[in-house]
Amino acid sequence: MAAASAVLQSEWTKIRTVSSTVWTLASALLVTVVMSAALCALFKSTFDDLNEVEQATFDPTFASFSGMILGQLAMVVFGVLVVGTEYSSGMIRTSLAAVPQRATFLFSKIAVAGGLALVVGLATSFLSFFLGQALLGEHRTTLGADNVLRAVVGGGLYMGLIAIFSMGVAAMLRSSMLSLGILVPFFFLISQILSAVPKAKEVARYFPDQAGSKIMQVVPDAMGTEKAPYGPWGGLGIMLIWVAAAVLGGYLVMKKRDA
Amino acid sequence: MIEAVGLTKRYGAKTAVYNLSFQVRPGVVTGFLGPNGSGKSTTMRMILGLDRPSAGHVTIGGHPFRQLPNAPRQVGALLDAKAVHGGRSARSHLLSLAQLAGIPAQRVDEVLGVVGLQDVAKRRSKGFSLGMGQRLGIAAALLGDPQVLLFDEPVNGLDPEGILWVRNLMKKLASEGRTVFVSSHLMSEMALTADHLIVIGRGQLLADMSVTDFISANSADFARVRTPQTEPAQREKLTAALMEAGGQVLSEPDGALRVTGLALPRISDLAHDADVRLWELSPHQASLEEAYMRMTQNAVDYRSTEDQLAHLQAPQQPGQPGYGMPPQQQPMAPEAPQQGWYAPPPPGQNPYAGAPQAPTAPSPYAAPQPAAPSDTPKDAR
Repeated sequence: MAAASAVLQSEWTKIRTVSSTVWTLASALLVTVVMSAALCALFKSTFDDLNEVEQATFDPTFASFSGMILGQLAMVVFGVLVVGTEYSSGMIRTSLAAVPQRATFLFSKIAVAGGLALVVGLATSFLSFFLGQALLGEHRTTLGADNVLRAVVGGGLYMGLIAIFSMGVAAMLRSSMLSLGILVPFFFLISQILSAVPKAKEVARYFPDQAGSKIMQVVPDAMGTEKAPYGPWGGLGIMLIWVAAAVLGGYLVMKKRDA
Repeated sequence: MIEAVGLTKRYGAKTAVYNLSFQVRPGVVTGFLGPNGSGKSTTMRMILGLDRPSAGHVTIGGHPFRQLPNAPRQVGALLDAKAVHGGRSARSHLLSLAQLAGIPAQRVDEVLGVVGLQDVAKRRSKGFSLGMGQRLGIAAALLGDPQVLLFDEPVNGLDPEGILWVRNLMKKLASEGRTVFVSSHLMSEMALTADHLIVIGRGQLLADMSVTDFISANSADFARVRTPQTEPAQREKLTAALMEAGGQVLSEPDGALRVTGLALPRISDLAHDADVRLWELSPHQASLEEAYMRMTQNAVDYRSTEDQLAHLQAPQQPGQPGYGMPPQQQPMAPEAPQQGWYAPPPPGQNPYAGAPQAPTAPSPYAAPQPAAPSDTPKDAR
């Protein structure tokens, strides 16, 4: 039985010795921070143009995470590549010949990659928050205000969970291309579009990204968004169920199917 | 020791491996042979627990692979040379594998030296040639100093120096008392490397025996006899004499005779008694390759057909000699089978080529020789 610590160490070596890790995680951070900062600057300069409801429910914390819509895609790519390249390169056979225990292999990989994504996610959300608040001027909030710390930490959790969800999906589909082809349009287009369609949004609010992103709001129903039937932690719980289902599905596929 | 019992693998309606039982013993190199698609790699993957058998089981040292304690220290495998993340350097790749089994990093540099990749250890494996990839895969297999080693087509893409190196490495590993299981579709390579052979075709066991037994059981020794081409009468006279003495005589397309059932000195004596001069009398032993071809000829999945080029060539003029035209001279002895790999055609002649050579046409093989009969084997293999 390959010891879990040995597998963790090996997975860490695998992650740090390919350049795609650095590139995807760096772009997740940069894209989120830069785009959030730009939108915060835009909010400040056009604040008077917002309608009354939007002004009343303006959420400076949530505004400083507005770049995550794009930045999360880099997290998706990171998660998919960590698992998918094992299959596309054929490395999976070498890996599983060395670690015949499927559970040890997959969960160690997800622990290492998910942990790394979580750290980068937290760095991203704190950086986005501080830079965004600095640019919002008189509309800013502080980390000490009610629920703000929860939202900022939640932003990091959200980024990490998106990556882990993608790893589970890639383990189920066993292909980087297929996983990216499904996940990227889903998060970037389908989920966004459905949340704007009257009937569909009742369903869309239970999607992992829609539910999970509630944790980043300090003002409930911020900026004129619909009222959700769950709170911030409830939303994160829904996202966790999605993540657990994806990882479990990935494990079952790996256990049952021939490598 | 690898032991397979009734191993069967089905993919939907296709049976890749059927009821395969064999043992791979330590201390010898065991060759695993079969045509493309015969189930060699599937069997290897089942040994490594990557594919689940549909029926039967396979164990290594008495344990199914998935239950082996610290597998990398007991079993090393090269399955696919290109099964490496191209963006990772050779050393990092091996390091990640070493850490799985608690193998120290110095061992990584050691095996890189053993396979001769120390100079490119820091380079991304994306740029590696197939031969370098094979060396990297062999390094990965050797990493844990395992007692059981599996290699799937290890010499693919290697240069002659590399092939020799692999051959000696396999023999050395076996002489150290390890179990070495090497698959290949190249019989000639196995003849030089392996001590024992397991041959499969269409997923079924065809042979499980030592290399020497395999050759003697499957080879067909014969003598090639050539009479002066200018005197067909001599040829007929000799054929009659040989058949009378109990030999079997087959005719080769260029006029030579293929004789079985008579020793070389006896053929010479008979020719002398019949007053026939010989231009060639040479012993031929079927090579392992031929024996293997003969054994697997019915189990080949992918067989090439002749490229007809039907729509690319001008229609052939009638009367022009072409493939399938009867030879001008009817031989007295039946013709040696040209298809089916009974034995290779004489060198310098391709039986699949268009026009058969006229019996009088000089064959490169039939150049006048200083003395007949020659007793030096010309291409004894």
